[in-house]
Amino acid sequence: FMQRGLDSQTKKQLEEEEKKIISDEHWYLDLPDLKEKESFIIEERSFMACEDLLYGRMSFKGFNPEIEKLMIKMNSRGKEEEIEVDEKMEADVSDEEMARRYETLVGTIGKKFLRKRDQRVLQDEDEDWNSNATPSKTSKKQFLKPQD
Amino acid sequence: AAGGAYWVDSQQRRYVPVKGDHVIGIVTAKAGDVFKLDVGGSEQASLSYLAFEGATKRNRPNVQVGDLIYGQFLVANKDMEPEIVCIDSSGRSSGMGIIGQDGFLFKVSLGLIRKLLAPKCEIIQELSQLYPFELVLGMNGRIWVKAKTVQQTLIIVNILEACEYMTAEQRKQALAKLSGN
Repeated sequence: FMQRGLDSQTKKQLEEEEKKIISDEHWYLDLPDLKEKESFIIEERSFMACEDLLYGRMSFKGFNPEIEKLMIKMNSRGKEEEIEVDEKMEADVSDEEMARRYETLVGTIGKKFLRKRDQRVLQDEDEDWNSNATPSKTSKKQFLKPQD
Repeated sequence: AAGGAYWVDSQQRRYVPVKGDHVIGIVTAKAGDVFKLDVGGSEQASLSYLAFEGATKRNRPNVQVGDLIYGQFLVANKDMEPEIVCIDSSGRSSGMGIIGQDGFLFKVSLGLIRKLLAPKCEIIQELSQLYPFELVLGMNGRIWVKAKTVQQTLIIVNILEACEYMTAEQRKQALAKLSGN
């Protein structure tokens, strides 16, 4: 629709004409604006909110211990209103195991960074520890003179 | 605390999916990455294989057609297909997922389920005194029971089904007979 060389005046005239046509064609309601009524009613379809229903999975007399634990957790969650008791983080690894692992771990990784001489000494130490009954191998091989 | 909540308690057997409800579904089909579950509603619900705790694209849950699933509705309105997930908002399964082998699934009315799930339900308390068993109640009217022997399981099933129409006294009599035996 853009024609070259349209004067700005003629452009304006055309635009105004367009607007007039449009506003006549558009329908509008002659009614006053209706205010949206604020409804204080909330519709809820679930029964869980109405009656304080328990959790659906249950186990009795220790048939399924995991579910029994779950029952306690679920049913107390509703009543106590979530009193967060985070006293002790349940560790995946027990303290004893941790100590044991640490003992061995520190030793092995530490050895990796020892220099060769120190490694040798460690080896001898280990051997001494392990074999107290049997005498250790000849620690140093001395040069044997060839017999004539 | 239901402050100012009004509801109509009705008796019906037909379930209508509601968001947030925990239900028992039966896997009817596996279509690619999505399972189709029958929950007793007008349509089958869909369950994605990623909606389990610890599921990744490589670590898929072992779900077969015919398995029982305990999950909650993520989406449930009249315009869309209902969706179920076996994971809660924090990403934990909290008891949802595949229900194990054995056991017995049966259907009761929705009103009975609500009665059984009420905080101090006598029926459940009395039954729990009898013998060890496991129970899963779905809001869609389905109950799954598992006890040590088939006989015990069937006894529990019969009591729960009959609870609908028995009065409290009749029930206590029936249970007394059982615990006497």
